[in-house]
Amino acid sequence: MADVNRGNRPLSPHLQVYKLPVAAVTSILTRVTGHALVAGILLIVWWLLGAVSGPRAFATADWVVRSWLGFLILTASAWALWYHALAGIRHLFYDAGIGLEIDESRKSSWAIIIGSGVMTLISLILFFIG
Amino acid sequence: MRYITPRKVAEGLGAAHSGTEHHWAMTVSSCALILLTPAFLLVIGTAIGLPREAVIGYFGRPYPGIITALFVIVGMIHFIKGTRIMIDDYFRGTARKGAIIISVIFGWAVIAAAVFALAKMSFINIAI
Repeated sequence: MADVNRGNRPLSPHLQVYKLPVAAVTSILTRVTGHALVAGILLIVWWLLGAVSGPRAFATADWVVRSWLGFLILTASAWALWYHALAGIRHLFYDAGIGLEIDESRKSSWAIIIGSGVMTLISLILFFIG
Repeated sequence: MRYITPRKVAEGLGAAHSGTEHHWAMTVSSCALILLTPAFLLVIGTAIGLPREAVIGYFGRPYPGIITALFVIVGMIHFIKGTRIMIDDYFRGTARKGAIIISVIFGWAVIAAAVFALAKMSFINIAI
């Protein structure tokens, strides 16, 4: 073990310097969006409870829902919901053994990213014109 | 003597001998949620901005009420089982047990709150 070069060997990928492939990012985001959706559902259920609790309770909840903060939470939730739904559909295909090649998972990752943005935009447009 | 074959004993259990039921429950609830998600978004999008009486009247109707109830119930059961995976990944020992208990209690509390509100709305509609 005398002449072993210890200083110039390639190191294993470390999270802080390793550039995650897009399929890894979209996979992690599935879990993140799933958990973050708690904020949106809590806001909606609180608003529903407010409606049956009385005029003042509803006025408070409705004010929050329709404020810029409520709009931000619900728009982010709509995106998270679409993202999680599209990623979930991909997961069903993964489970069936479809789309597991690196190239395929890269393409489906971009489909989820772009698709969730488009669906959120359509949702917002429908909300404001409908 | 056992008349059951070793294959029959092992089938569907996986390497960990459990977890396939969890996976199947996630598969079923995710399929249900694919159908419920667009319907729920349309319902919520219609309801937000309405005055209180109209909100109560709207969710008291069968379609908005049932879609919202199903979305919250199936969604929160999916959430409880989903957080369970996250908890199993990141927590150990007492912290893991505590996190599972909190997640289950929280999920069912949200379901109860939503079902209570929706049921009350449809009763108010009957009274009208």
